[in-house]
Amino acid sequence: MLDILSIASRNLLRYRRRSMLTLLLIVIGMVAVLLFVAVAGSFKTMMVGQITDSVLGHLQVHRKGYVASIENLPLNLNLRPPVVAKVEEALKANPAVESWSPRVKFGGMFSNFAETTSIRINGIDPEREATTTPLLPGRMTEGDKDGALVGRGQIVIPQLLARGMKTKVGDTVVIVATNRDGSVNGKTFVVRGIMEGVTGPGGRDGYIHIGDARDLLRMTEAEVSEIAVRLKDFSQLGKVDAQIKQALEGVTNKEGKPMLEVHDWTQLSPFANIAKMIDLMTLFIKIMLVSIVLVAVMNVMIMAVFERIREIGTIAAIGMPPARILALFLAEGLMLGVSGTIAGIAFSLVAIFGINLWQPTFNFGMQQNLVMAPTIAAGDVLTIAAMVIIVAILASLQPAWKASRMDPITALRHV
Amino acid sequence: MSLLSAQNVTKTYRVGDIDVPAIKGVDFAIEPGAFVAFVGPSGSGKSTLLNMIGCLDHPTSGTLKVLDTDIATLDRHAAAKFRGEHIGFVFQDFNLIPVLTVFENVEYPLRMVQKWPLEKRRAQTMRLLAAVGMADQADKRPDQISGGQKQRVAVARALVSQPKLVLADEPTANLDHDTAYRILELMKTMRDEFNTTFVFSTHDPKIMGEAEVTFTLEDGRLQDGGSHA
Repeated sequence: MLDILSIASRNLLRYRRRSMLTLLLIVIGMVAVLLFVAVAGSFKTMMVGQITDSVLGHLQVHRKGYVASIENLPLNLNLRPPVVAKVEEALKANPAVESWSPRVKFGGMFSNFAETTSIRINGIDPEREATTTPLLPGRMTEGDKDGALVGRGQIVIPQLLARGMKTKVGDTVVIVATNRDGSVNGKTFVVRGIMEGVTGPGGRDGYIHIGDARDLLRMTEAEVSEIAVRLKDFSQLGKVDAQIKQALEGVTNKEGKPMLEVHDWTQLSPFANIAKMIDLMTLFIKIMLVSIVLVAVMNVMIMAVFERIREIGTIAAIGMPPARILALFLAEGLMLGVSGTIAGIAFSLVAIFGINLWQPTFNFGMQQNLVMAPTIAAGDVLTIAAMVIIVAILASLQPAWKASRMDPITALRHV
Repeated sequence: MSLLSAQNVTKTYRVGDIDVPAIKGVDFAIEPGAFVAFVGPSGSGKSTLLNMIGCLDHPTSGTLKVLDTDIATLDRHAAAKFRGEHIGFVFQDFNLIPVLTVFENVEYPLRMVQKWPLEKRRAQTMRLLAAVGMADQADKRPDQISGGQKQRVAVARALVSQPKLVLADEPTANLDHDTAYRILELMKTMRDEFNTTFVFSTHDPKIMGEAEVTFTLEDGRLQDGGSHA
């Protein structure tokens, strides 16, 4: 094998410029793909992190049908305490779950005593919410960021609403809401802080204490609209999602049908489509890399066979077995692929390191100057490297096969 | 026992719808250690016959035995193995591999075909290079040596794996007369030293006189049973 690799390397150096150009193409392709995977991966991770860690959590548990009517925030689909207890029991039993936070959500009217507008209220347990969506307090642009996000009698209002209603931190406002029975109730709150929206300027979500929410809605028991769940390891999402679904299957209604539904963040946010788009673009970039390697290596190997027909005839005549001729040309393709891969990985890692030193920033929604910190997993590097090497070998296969099947007499007569 | 024997060997090529006979029923035998020439004008069938003797082609009919092996029974892989073990080739255009040095060209059959161990093949390569007077040129590439030197290297390459038979198709066609004679002298010396049978083809009347046994081919037929010098 070493003899074949040694001769193959000499053959590649025979047409130094052509081999270098082919290597360059592979290197450029590798660098493009690895950089794209690193940068897009960093952007995607940051985007997903913003959405899950400051709004949704990784998973949410609702009563069946709630998500289908989520725009209406239906109070009649809240979870009652016995069901909440069962959910909490299942979550507690799963070691992959880090924390969960119950929420009461409803639509109401926001009044500053001069004007009135609509608002979506999230009644939260501030301590549990801070462990489930740890980036939520960081979205507060005005007001004291330290301490609990909201206390009893306090409200955090969205930036858009604060501007439109000319409301400041410390102002007193009224929230009016209709409860499940249709009766209207109001309650005054002091503005604790102003929060920027994660998904753009259209956010209308305000936050109050879950106890205040229940008081306002005149709930007689500790109902919950949804339970947001945070996992210890986000990469285990699919597995834990399935486990929790299975654990909650036994919670049934009077008809004996499952009464709960579990959704992961991708089913709850339109930004999941952007994440999918990034994955799709990554796939297309990989396909482009495969095409570049395939065409470049195949071209150089076809030329190599064509230019060395008499040489192939000679080595076949002196008794070199067809399999060894095949191996010789495959080795040339393999060496092109391996050299290009090693150089491509080296240049890519240097470029990724350079970007991390440079620290370019970007904006996402209302989040400004997020620092891009591209990283690439060893698994991604190995996958792409293996892909390039395999494609390089496959691209050499046809020319190598042709060389090994060549009739020595015809080859020796070739001019 | 003969090293080579042919009984009523024919070779016919199909060109379109037409059968073109290249060899028309030849019979001959060649003894071990012989220095044999197949002579004749271009198109007489010399190369076709040498290709069949070299297991590069099969006869259309008849029996051609090389080292007691009927070459018609050898498939592509077996023929390659047989050639690697028993037959050396010298080509008209030398056919040295341009990216390899003289040493590496001679070493090639031992390295890539026979897979000799490193030390043994290096010693054998140097022995052959010394025998053909090219030891001092071992590190040069083919484009750095003359045509005569290239053919010496080709002879060394043909002999390095210690074959029983060396086939040379017009080995002197691309050489001037003096060099051609020296190459034939070298081949004879090598035959004496290694007891290898040399079979070559030529259409040059001056060169054919150097052979100890001459078979004359004309229009695919042998004109004599092999004349001895």
